[in-house]
Amino acid sequence: MRRGGSWFNVTAITLGFAFLYLPIVLLVVYSFNASKLVTVWGGFSTKWYVSLLSNQGLLDAAWVTIRVALLSATLATVLGTLAAIALVRFGRFPGGTLFSGMVYAPLVMPEVITGLAMLLLFVAIGFARGFWTLTLAHITFSMCFVAVVVQSRLVTFDRSLEEAALDLGCPPFRTFFTITLPLILPAVVAGWMLAFTLSLDDLVISSFTTGPGATTLPMKIYSQVRLGVTPEINAICTILIAIVATGVIIASIVTKRREVERQRAERLAIQGV
Amino acid sequence: MAGKSLSAGKSLGPIRRAFAPWNDPAAKPFIQFQNVTKNFGDFTAVDDLSLNIYEREFFALLGPSGCGKTTLMRMIAGFEEPTSGHVMLDGQDLVGVPPYRRPTNMMFQSYALFPHMNVWDNIAFGLKQDGMPKPEIAARVDEMLALVKLEKFAKRKPHQLSGGQKQRVALARSLAKKPKVLLLDEPLGALDKKLREETQFELIDLQVKLGMTFVIVTHDQEEAMTVADRIAVMDQGKIVQIATPAEIYEQPNSRYVADFIGDINLLEGHISSTEGGVATLDCVGTGAKVQVIQDGGAKLGDHAWFAVRPEKVTISLTPPADPSINAVTGEVWDIAYLGDVSIYHVRLATGATVKATITNTTRLVERPITWDDKVWLTWSRDGGVVLTR
Amino acid sequence: MALTDRSSGHSRLRWLVVAIPYLWLILLFLAPFLIVVKISLSTSAIAMPPYTPALDFTAGLGALWEQIKEFTFDNYVFLTEDALYWESYLSSLKIAVISTFLVLLIGYPIAYGMARARKEWRTTLLMLVILPFWTSFLIRVYAWIGILKPEGLLNQLLLYLGVISEPLNIMPSTLAVYIGIVYSYLPFMILPLYATLEKLDETLLEAAADLGCPPTQAFWKITFPLSLPGVIAGCFLVFIPAMGEFVIPDLLGGSDTLMIGKTLWAEFFSNRDWPVSSAVAVVLLAILVVPIMLFQRAQKKAAE
Repeated sequence: MRRGGSWFNVTAITLGFAFLYLPIVLLVVYSFNASKLVTVWGGFSTKWYVSLLSNQGLLDAAWVTIRVALLSATLATVLGTLAAIALVRFGRFPGGTLFSGMVYAPLVMPEVITGLAMLLLFVAIGFARGFWTLTLAHITFSMCFVAVVVQSRLVTFDRSLEEAALDLGCPPFRTFFTITLPLILPAVVAGWMLAFTLSLDDLVISSFTTGPGATTLPMKIYSQVRLGVTPEINAICTILIAIVATGVIIASIVTKRREVERQRAERLAIQGV
Repeated sequence: MAGKSLSAGKSLGPIRRAFAPWNDPAAKPFIQFQNVTKNFGDFTAVDDLSLNIYEREFFALLGPSGCGKTTLMRMIAGFEEPTSGHVMLDGQDLVGVPPYRRPTNMMFQSYALFPHMNVWDNIAFGLKQDGMPKPEIAARVDEMLALVKLEKFAKRKPHQLSGGQKQRVALARSLAKKPKVLLLDEPLGALDKKLREETQFELIDLQVKLGMTFVIVTHDQEEAMTVADRIAVMDQGKIVQIATPAEIYEQPNSRYVADFIGDINLLEGHISSTEGGVATLDCVGTGAKVQVIQDGGAKLGDHAWFAVRPEKVTISLTPPADPSINAVTGEVWDIAYLGDVSIYHVRLATGATVKATITNTTRLVERPITWDDKVWLTWSRDGGVVLTR
Repeated sequence: MALTDRSSGHSRLRWLVVAIPYLWLILLFLAPFLIVVKISLSTSAIAMPPYTPALDFTAGLGALWEQIKEFTFDNYVFLTEDALYWESYLSSLKIAVISTFLVLLIGYPIAYGMARARKEWRTTLLMLVILPFWTSFLIRVYAWIGILKPEGLLNQLLLYLGVISEPLNIMPSTLAVYIGIVYSYLPFMILPLYATLEKLDETLLEAAADLGCPPTQAFWKITFPLSLPGVIAGCFLVFIPAMGEFVIPDLLGGSDTLMIGKTLWAEFFSNRDWPVSSAVAVVLLAILVVPIMLFQRAQKKAAE
């Protein structure tokens, strides 16, 4: 089959990516619009970014969001990695089907259901809603995403590496930290990043589980969006997009560079240099 | 070639020739399997198996995939525990001892080199686990690197090595701790044929030089025959035969072993006489009589098979002096020219095919015997064996 | 392996590896659903929490039984009586099915084109698909408001080109909801599709061509059937969450766009009727339980 240049493939990719990116590009462009009217171009300006800095409510929300995201992503990574190991390595244990069900369900579960359910739990046990309930809820749904990411790496993990370590006298616990963890680390880091952005972006589950004093950035954006499109929201959105894009792009460049170096080394090794 | 440099000096002949502790009733087995069974769910991988391996022996477990040979080896390493029975090493029961506390080391089929550590750290890994002082580790690693001729590659990562180099790092790593037993799981499977043959001799040299016990798992019969002092041929979780390579080849105890190792012709029949240490087999169909010197395995009236290797069959256009004994006749059906030898496939009147190997001692392209020729196949009374199973 | 050792000290460790996430999910994921079911059987009350009976486990078994006897199916009966609810379910189902199909229709050619692109391009293209997937859902929906609203960029462009003389009312409307869902869920479809298409052994197509099968036929007879696992995974990843979608119909849809996620939200936050919103959630879950289980089975199979 022909690779690359068929007109069909090129058209599909071009149109597809235009569709994916055009709205985002427009949003970013109009965040630099001097005019208050979002859809009328009034010249280039960064004044909306400046005005963000004086919006205390927004800054507070951003601070809450970042703290929740850091804390929940970190704990979700630990729990999700454990869950992935349990899924891949201990295939059959009592209640294993229930366990894997609970790991995969949150991936597709409509957020309104998850959000409502968690809120009702916190109410039932009399847990004051706020920062901590928000964090617990975020850990719970994002750990499942981490589990899936780490799991896909563990599935392809060469078990004989761990056996070799055991064989050379390294006890299991130490083997995990000296052999397994360093080798699955890229997946664990990717899992953390995913959990971080999921937490950063979440609106629905947060709206249900939060309480007074713990308003997150997406909740703030949502309440303003309902009132209409403003260049200020465009500016916040642009900042959030920039943060995520930078993270993802750096990560992918690092991986790609490593891959290229690795391939080069392998070629040299085959040539016997 | 590295193999030559390793074995430079004296021939290993005297050491290898005199070594046969399995014939010595006073010798103490080093590794012992006592009625070991291993089940995986409904599947029985190892079935009530008993086996002795002696110190300094190079022992091969040979069989097709799924015969239980790898499971057997993994029970020595500690990755599998027997469902029942005992595995002993040097008088110590290994059951319940985790792999990281066993005095055995393994060379993995995939080499299992830690990709995030360089060659030096890979070799030092096991030594560090024992808490050996740093200078000693360094000395030992350097010694190992010298042994496998990889001094210059100490700082390389595994992906910067060729297949042969990786194999040598894996070997060095598993030897570094001076294990009581070195386990080799299809150690040369990933190498090309030429390198594999070279490395087989290196392994023998190393084993003799270090005076260690080696257990190798392989499905390659040539490899097993080249390296091993004794071979255990396995089938469906049981050992079919344990013997030296020559015994396995010349005196297989069953059709399974005869067929698994090398090429074999089988003629089915009944034993009509066992007088004077010579068994007579009346072949089914052809009625040909086969006389074989034997030590009493087959009894009168037994259903049996005469097994003879193709290279021990002589092919001729003229009938032998006595065509009723140890001779069959047929037509040349096909000829496989392999360069060093040619294999003649001769179709008998019964439809059975008998193969005969002829060494091509001259450069003549035209052979005197060719397709569709009517030929006679003969063999001597000690050319084959009678098998009853 | 490292943690599947049989020796006793480490089997405890192994046990912990399973137990910690297991307990976490039981307490924070499974238990909440049981509470949802329980509250859906309760009666609304003006109190905090706004429902009764509030199960009090400290009151002893007898009292607990008394509370359980108070359970009622009134909320479910109510759902069948008010047309709003079943119309919301039906409308959600319709929107989810149609948009899943649209996403597949748009996503397949993109995934196919990516899988057939030159190798050095593929990682970049993949990253470009993942990037919007990582950006906030809310932001991506918000971006469309600026484009679709009556005085938005699309209408301005069309007016400028003279295609239309009056601004189109695309937003708020159900059409805008379709656009929003297709846009937001596109990466969820492309990623699994790309994964299966990229793994496809190209010699199969060469073999088909060699045996006299023209390319278009080869696509339907070889490529498409082999990409079915990706199609199925993608459809589940789009259909199930789209069914309960709230943000998109809330921001892009009109008052006549009924979706059950929106109805649940309104019931909970505006009407503060927790028992009825719980019943809405339970019924939605009942509708989704079969697709969710099928999705889990596909995931588990892929993991093994």
